[in-house]
Amino acid sequence: MRKVLKRKCVALIAVVLIAAMALGGCGSGQNSKEASKETAANSNVIKIGVYEPLTGTNAAGGQMTVEGIELANKLFPEVLGKKVELVVVDNKSEKQEAANAVERLVSKEKVDVIIGSYGSSLSMAGGPIAKEAGVPVVGCSPTNPAVTLDNDYYFRVCFIDPFQGKVMANFAVEKLHAKTAAIIQDVQQDYSVGLSNYFEKSFKELTGNQNAIVAKVNYNTGDKDFSSQLTAVKAKNPDVIFAPGNFLECGILVQKARELGITCPILGGDTWEAEEFLNSVKNTKDIYFSTHFDADHPVTDMSTKFMDEYKKAYPGKQVNAFGALGFDAYILAIDAINRAGSTDHKAIRDALAATKDFKGATGIISLDANGDANKTAIIKKVADGKFVYEGKVDPK
Amino acid sequence: MTGEAFLQNLANGVSLGSLYALIAIGYTMVYGILRLINFAHADLLMVAAYIAFYGILVFSLPWWVSFIIAVVITALLGVSIEKVAYRPLRDAPRISVLISAIGVSFLLENLGIVAIGARPKTFPRPESMVWNIKIGDVSFLSLAIIIPVVTIILLLAVEFLVNKTKIGTAMRAVSRDFETASLMAVDVNKVISTTFVVGSGLAAVGGIMWSLQYPQIDPLMGVFPGLKCFIAAVMGGIGNIKGAMLGGFILGMGEVFLVAFMPDLSGYRDAFAFVILIFILLFKPTGILGEKVVEKV
Repeated sequence: MRKVLKRKCVALIAVVLIAAMALGGCGSGQNSKEASKETAANSNVIKIGVYEPLTGTNAAGGQMTVEGIELANKLFPEVLGKKVELVVVDNKSEKQEAANAVERLVSKEKVDVIIGSYGSSLSMAGGPIAKEAGVPVVGCSPTNPAVTLDNDYYFRVCFIDPFQGKVMANFAVEKLHAKTAAIIQDVQQDYSVGLSNYFEKSFKELTGNQNAIVAKVNYNTGDKDFSSQLTAVKAKNPDVIFAPGNFLECGILVQKARELGITCPILGGDTWEAEEFLNSVKNTKDIYFSTHFDADHPVTDMSTKFMDEYKKAYPGKQVNAFGALGFDAYILAIDAINRAGSTDHKAIRDALAATKDFKGATGIISLDANGDANKTAIIKKVADGKFVYEGKVDPK
Repeated sequence: MTGEAFLQNLANGVSLGSLYALIAIGYTMVYGILRLINFAHADLLMVAAYIAFYGILVFSLPWWVSFIIAVVITALLGVSIEKVAYRPLRDAPRISVLISAIGVSFLLENLGIVAIGARPKTFPRPESMVWNIKIGDVSFLSLAIIIPVVTIILLLAVEFLVNKTKIGTAMRAVSRDFETASLMAVDVNKVISTTFVVGSGLAAVGGIMWSLQYPQIDPLMGVFPGLKCFIAAVMGGIGNIKGAMLGGFILGMGEVFLVAFMPDLSGYRDAFAFVILIFILLFKPTGILGEKVVEKV
């Protein structure tokens, strides 16, 4: 008898829980949009949500970005006569957590604009939720084209991978005189797979050889052992290796490649610009990657201002592209709110979409129809234990 | 596949497999005696790696001194975890202890994140221990030799401890029948503490070797090897020390050669580990070297 009662109790609790979850799920859509407008109009603060990976495999990238955003918030703390409040949420480098983070920002925190995230996959997980809630998002460094595609509430201050892939393929063919290449990609990252494909396409076109990519191997986020992938690549003896992926895995990968006696240049994408990567590959030669920004080559007055303030705020840290992009995402969001003249989400969105010749720390930002920035790419290499400027490539 | 590529893959497989084996031995030993899957084992790897890291870089100790200190402190930590989190639950259902172990694992990971931060650090490799070896076109790190040697020495030491010493006899008695052993004047607490000293010490050695092989450490670094080596231990027959060694080697070699023969499938190597596990458990539910479970009637 008691057993039956107990089971009934459990069932009842389960039903209540499920119902609560279902109701909670419905409520977060339409209703919250109305509610957020009300609270925003009545309060004296403007809330900007930030979702970035502060723990997990992308932690370093997320932390650098948040440093830049916080710096910008310190320099420009007000807009429309109201104080700007940052709500920073950790998305733990996981797609599901990224979706939860955005959900929390729009329905619980009721933010007016969202900034984030480092990592294309994380941004793609958060995008649809922000779109559904009608809250505009400014991405800092997600470079995969799919992030803003079909999402008119997502914008970004960085260039995109078709351009970045082309830049690196160009560099490999023209500067390094490569005729063959091998690709090592992280199959779990949209960023890595996307960038590999654009590189492959451009490299084949530039060399005029359909078989120019001699090997294409995969690994997973979080892998530490790349010996067999690299052995397979070594057997094909390519002129260059293209390995876009997280700085963590790639740090070990590049080091391992040299240990296995692979001497050809190794190329990567913008994620490589992190101290952790540099620490791993310090003593290796011929490491090149494309990035967004170089401290020794300021492009606008804002670049200089950013660098001066960054050095003051974070003494001992290297000025980096992710901090600069976070900085730009924030000032662009503030600028859009200013131009919109209100905190109406649709008006902010329209103001963002109309961004033209905005002078940011990483360059001059004009957003195209997809909400993507058209910007110069910088190529850096590793030399003398540092990242060194190698050259720049302007978009055509 | 050319001969050189084959030899290169063999070297890769041996170094990965012996690393898995080393960590799996720790899992299997604690399980064999206590019937407890010590999920905190994986996080003890991380603790040891950080102690060694701080010993070398912050306190500027010679690397071997830091390594010894790391093993000692980790072993003590293992014993304290047993005292605080497992001993009070000794009479509770086994699932409670398992959950307690998972709790300790999360506690260590998150304490690590709070105390040291989530950003990874580069583990210093002592140059006198890690160097490149080149034979013809085959090139590998000295670790590909050092790790298997360390693994085999520790395996023999553990086998000796369990089978040839007095405390080992007590361990086997406790593993066979806990209550009867305590009635036969076996100091059960002492036996279990010893088991945890040895198990955690093995985790510490595994953690240091892992960090030498993949010199990037972060508070969650134990999760991945923990899972893989748990699989290896189950595959070999959990509770069986030689089985753990065998399981580790099969898993390491299997992963390396899967990628070598089928580069297109290289993204699925984790799935591969589970597929072999499922197959082995289908045909031999107790693992390759596992004992047959006799139902007591």
